[in-house]
Parts: sequence; C-alpha cells; structure tokens
Amino acid sequence: MSVELTIGPIAYHWPTARKRDFYARIADEAPVATVYLGEVICSKRSPFFDADLPGVIERLQRGGKRVVLSTLAEVVLPRERHATLQLCSQDDFEVEINNVSGLAARGNRPHRIGPFLNATNEATISWMAGQGASHVCLPHELPAPSLAVAAGAARELGITTELQVFGRAPLAVSARCYHARAHGRHKDNCQFVCEDDTDGMPLVTVAGEAFLRVNGIQTQSESYVCLAAELADIVSMGVSALRLMPQDVDMVGVAQVFPALLDGGLDVDAATGRLEGLCSGIRFSNGFFHKVPGRHYVPVHAGDRVLQ
Amino acid sequence: MLMPAHGDTAQQARPFSILAQAVAGRVLDPLLMRTIRRLADKHRSIFDRLGPHVRSSFIIDPVEFPFVLHLVANPEALTFRTVPRDALPLHDALIRGRFRTLFDLVDAGADGDASFFSRDLEILGNTDAVVTLRNALDDIDGSIAADTADLFGPPGRMALAMVRRRGLAGAGKAAR
Amino acid sequence: MIRPDLICPAGTPAALRTAVDAGADAVYCGFRNATNARNFPGLNFTREELGISIAYAHERGAKVLLTLNTYPPAGKVDLWQEAADTAVALGIDALIVADMGVAHYVAARHPDVRLHLSVQAAASNPESIRYYCDHFGVKRVVLPRILTVAEIKPIAEAIPCEIETFIFGNHGLMVEGRCSLTNYVTGQSTNLDGVCSPASDVDYRKEPGGAVASCLSGSVIDRFGADEMAGYPTICKGRYTAPHRPDGYYAFEEPVSLNLARMLPDLIHAGVHAFKIEGRQRSKSYVRSVVSAFRTAIDEVMAGRPPNIADLVSLTEGQKQTQGAFESKKWR
Repeated sequence: MSVELTIGPIAYHWPTARKRDFYARIADEAPVATVYLGEVICSKRSPFFDADLPGVIERLQRGGKRVVLSTLAEVVLPRERHATLQLCSQDDFEVEINNVSGLAARGNRPHRIGPFLNATNEATISWMAGQGASHVCLPHELPAPSLAVAAGAARELGITTELQVFGRAPLAVSARCYHARAHGRHKDNCQFVCEDDTDGMPLVTVAGEAFLRVNGIQTQSESYVCLAAELADIVSMGVSALRLMPQDVDMVGVAQVFPALLDGGLDVDAATGRLEGLCSGIRFSNGFFHKVPGRHYVPVHAGDRVLQ
Repeated sequence: MLMPAHGDTAQQARPFSILAQAVAGRVLDPLLMRTIRRLADKHRSIFDRLGPHVRSSFIIDPVEFPFVLHLVANPEALTFRTVPRDALPLHDALIRGRFRTLFDLVDAGADGDASFFSRDLEILGNTDAVVTLRNALDDIDGSIAADTADLFGPPGRMALAMVRRRGLAGAGKAAR
Repeated sequence: MIRPDLICPAGTPAALRTAVDAGADAVYCGFRNATNARNFPGLNFTREELGISIAYAHERGAKVLLTLNTYPPAGKVDLWQEAADTAVALGIDALIVADMGVAHYVAARHPDVRLHLSVQAAASNPESIRYYCDHFGVKRVVLPRILTVAEIKPIAEAIPCEIETFIFGNHGLMVEGRCSLTNYVTGQSTNLDGVCSPASDVDYRKEPGGAVASCLSGSVIDRFGADEMAGYPTICKGRYTAPHRPDGYYAFEEPVSLNLARMLPDLIHAGVHAFKIEGRQRSKSYVRSVVSAFRTAIDEVMAGRPPNIADLVSLTEGQKQTQGAFESKKWR
C-alpha cells in the first residue's frame, strides 16, 4: 500500500520571510507529497502571511506537492467565522477542516477532517465520510488498538487516514492567549509576542522540570512526538499519510529520514539516531501510542510489534 | 503503603500516650466496632463504591487526640479501632485535621474539598483511596454522626447535640 | 422573559436527592464508567441507582439528564451506545452528548429522546451549533465558558435551540473535549476516559517550613506556603516558570471558581434557558448549599426583586472566584 509523508500547518507565528524560506526548501528538497498551509491557531496572525500565500502555493505546486488549506481550530469572533466560511466555500484547493463551523459551511462537498475535530472512533468517522469527508487526520492521543480500528474502518468506507508521527503534540487550545498572559497582556493587545518563540515558549515546573510549551492560545508537549519505531505498525494498520509537524529544526533533514525508514534504507535505531542528531536537546516521546503517559518514551526494539 | 510512624507524629510523650491509648482502647474500641458494623449493615452500597479500596487501610488523625483511628472498610474483615500515634500500623492513606473538621465531614455539614483547600485537612499517601472513601461515604443520606448517635439512644443523641454546638468539650460534658 | 431551569450536579444518588430537594429543575449525572467526563473513583450511578433516582426526581417534578459526553475511542463505541439505550429504557429526560457518532446513534435509534450538546463539544459559534441541530436534532447547547454575555445574545438569536450556561463552579481553561494535558502526564485521557488529573496520580508532598507540593504523576503542579490556600493539581491551574516569569506564575489561570451570581439577570436577558452548576465530584453538602442559594436567587430575579448576592458570594468564601470570560474580552 502506498504511504505518503505530509507537512502539517506551521503552528507558530514565524516571521513571514522565514515561512517563505521554509516552504521554498520544502518545495525543492523535502520528500513529502502533501503540504498543509494556513493559520490554525490564532486568527490575528493570518494577515501577516495572506499576501504571500498565493506565491507559496505556486512554489509548492511547482515542486510537485499537493497543497491543502487548513482552517482555524477555535472559531468565536466574526473574523474567524468569516475566514472559515471563506476557506470552506472555495473549490480551488482541498480543505482540511478543524472546527465544526467549517463542516457546516462545506456541506457535502469533499473535505479533509483535521486533528482538532475528534474523529476518535469508527461511528464518527462513518458519519463524517457520509457527509463528504475523504480523509481523516486521527487524534494524536488515540492508543494503537484504537488507531487500528479507526484506520480499518476508514479504509472500508473508502477514505484515507493520517497520523502525526513527528513534532510537539497539540495538547490543548483555549480562548485565552497564554503568550500574552506571560507578558502581562491580553489577546487584544498582545503585540504578537509569540513571534519570539519559534518553537514555543517553555513552561517549567516550580521544581525545575521542563513540562509544556505555550504557543499563543495553544499548549503543546515539551517533548517531540516521534513514532519512527512504530512506523511499520502504523502503516500495517492502514494509515496512509504520516504527518510531520514543523518545528524549529532542519525539517528537510527530518523529512528525509522517514522514506529511508519505510523502504528499509535505515533501520529503526539508525533512523532514531539520525532524528536525535537533528533535534539536539529535545526529548522524544511516543507514550500516547502505547497507552502510557504521552510524555513517556517507550523503547521499541526491532522485531517488537505492538499489534498482534 | 505508608510506613508506620511519620516523623512528625511521634512527638507524643510516650507514657501519656500508652496510658491514654489503654483507656481509649478499652472504652472506645467496642463503640467504634459497633459503629462500623451498623454502617456496613445499613449501607452495603459503600463497599461497592469503594471497589478495590475495601482493602485499603486508613489512618484518621484528629490532632488534639492522644491516639488516632485505624479504619479498613472491608466487609470480610471490618476494622475500626484506636491506635497509638507513635505506633501506626501499615496504612495506605492518612487523613489529619482538628476533631471539629473531621466531625463536620461525617456529620454531612462540611465539604471535604473546601476543608482541604483551606488547609484544615491534610491528606498523605494514596489520594485515590481517600477520594474514593469520601465519595462512598457521601452517598449516605443524612448524617453518619447522627446514625452513630442513634445507636446509643437518648444519651448518644444528647452527646451529638453537644458536639454539634460546642465541639469536643460538649461531648465530655454530656458524658458526665 | 424566559424562566430559566436550574441544572444541578449529582455524583451519587444521595446527591441527586439532595439536589432535587433543594430545588433543582433538573439533575445531571453519569454512569460508573468512561462514558462521562467525571469518571472518578467511588462516583456515579449503576443502572439500578439511575432507575431509582429517575423515579425519585420525576415524583417531585424534576428531570434527570444523562452525561454521555466523552469521546468513545475506536473499538469501544458499544459502551456509549449501551449507556444511551439503558438510560432511555429507564426514562431519562435527555442525553447530553459530545461525539458525532454518539449523537447520530441516539438520533437514529431514539428519535424521540431529547439531545443536549455537551460543553465537551465546544460549540462556540452559531454555525457549529446549527450543525448539531440540523443533523442530530439537538434541542439545547451547553455553551463553552469562553463567551462574554454580549456575545451570547447574538448566538441565542441565531440558533434554533435553547442555551444552557454554567453559572457556578470549577472550570478548566482549555477548549473542552480537546484537552490531552492529563493524558500527556498520566496516561489517562480526559476526552476518551473521562478523567482529569486522576486522584490515583495525585500526591501531596510535605516540604520543609510547612509548604506542600501538589504533584501529578511526580510533576510538581503547584507549591503552597504554610498559610496559602491549597489546590488540587490540575495542570491548567498550576504554577510554572517561563523565560519572562522566572519567579513562577499561574501560566493559564489561578485556582479560582466561576461565580456568575451577579450576572443572572443579564444572562436571562441574553436569552439563556438554563443555568448549570458544576460539581458532580463535590459533596452533597456543596450541592445542598449551592443549589438552594441559586434556587432562591433565580426565584427572586423572576419575581423582579434583586437577589441576595452576598449569600452566593459566601459559597466560595476564602477561595477566589471570578466571572471569567463572561464579563469582558480582556479575559482572553
């Protein structure tokens, strides 16, 4: 079965020039099939990149990538409702929907289900497929047995599934901006302080333990999810798209590890070693997959299979 | 399991503790057993709610008392007795507070969470066991204290009324 | 003017009877498993207990609502469907759901049963709410605690169902149904297992000088000085340091309770049909005092008299309280 790599939407408020450069490299060098574009976290950030979006899309398509536009996770304000409606009304590009208001706007036209929509089970996936969903990004916290059932059910329905295999886990979103709060401000006068933290703002416990990352209204894991050792299991479940979330590391280098792992060019230990080298100072975790605390890293050895 | 004798609980003067324990044990232990048996007979659902914690061992520590209470709410082997503070048995959790605070909890007058947040109640050990016990006891209509007082007829009810009004000193007066 | 229903929590049958006796119009409760978002040890209802409790409530003119508001993980959908079937057979007045698969099942299998959309669905805009109304026949939405009163009114005017808002109790800071903080730290999921900071992973460590550290799975979520009010180690109410906050601060929210006592008239005018009190995990003494206080307050408001706010404020005496997001956008 064919498996493809995808680049998820950039969660952070990277400066415009940096985003442009990032996508240029992805277009030219990364062995990925699909790139998700768009602001998912904070509607205040959107205007910074809107003008560059057509150029970036063109560049990615020229590099042979499929472009999918992602919608906001949290939709409350009129401008957020409007932006969601707009993205879900167009037919030039595929759309990944992250808020139910997008489903309402999209109706029965084809669409992708984003990771924020809680497609946690076969009944919900079946409902969504019946409403026009063609592809579902499964929630990051589903344990392996549930992932297998969900992916299997999707296949029977004739739709495809995706799972994040690299990058900080999107643990929570809120209506409140915690970046602004850390700087004694609130969301309306945030002055975009989140731009300074290109890999999230670290939160450390009062006992000195690195714990979480803040990204505007989003809370992320301190560790990077890394499912390199689980990749064979994930593919055998029928998951056909593997999502890499952009972090402040050499993402082209990261993207190159996975095809080598899939085609046997690298074994799990070598691949994990390569990723560790690319992400120095970062802890990896795979706990959600193994139904232990998400922050844990369960060592998986060659020959171990999670699913019997 | 928490190990016996927490450092800060073993400060009681030993001779006094032994004497007090001997008296308390002789007088109180039969009453405590009657209380727990009655509770168990009347409210079987408690054990169901306790689930695995029917085997958990609790120390209830009213700080002004010269002794503490040991509780295991296992229907097969009910335990509710006084033990010396400086010779605690193995236990899963310890609940400590002033008598008034603890009394108000079993008299359905107080909210355990609120007592805990205000630092009137201290919990050590297995928090899951304590929360489960709290939830199980909370499914009893009325007051456990009143149920217990009823066991001892009019003198029991009189003592309860005094404790409700004046705390521990009241109970002593009623007993005289 | 709408006469709003008072919706009250019950973690046990005794708490349900307490709530009904104290003047609840409806009581919400859940089964003793992962199908509800307060899947705590020693809490919740068996089938038999729910049946007896529904009878108790109905005899006294009160309704019983089942919280069926977690997200079934794939492979375990049966448990949620059985819970719905059981509650319907027992004569439940409404099912409070969040998952689309569960909502679809109930709408198809039990078309006559009232569906409420849980706060766990986090439907915070008219389009989302209408989606659930159009497809599953949802009759009431429980709004997330992130909207100002000024924002609730236009929503009420734009949707074809009733609105329920929380007015009192604990509240998390994250979009409900989308928070995996607890799972990240403990391995138990809020969304899938109905667990938030499980007691089994909590411990309180005494430190020198009388301080106490509240810990979750070994991580210190907060530390309280000898004279400070303590708190439960909920991750979104914890104290952390950040590069700009080296001294430690409440990165998400302080340990506060929501109390909208002062806003009852405004909420009624905004078109709210039901007021919800949080706290299925709290004691029946909490249920008794909060429910009776708000019963009196709502009756006063409906009679055109100013409610006795002081009594309501004293319910959280000593603890901090907030009007949260309801007052101003600056909360965000």
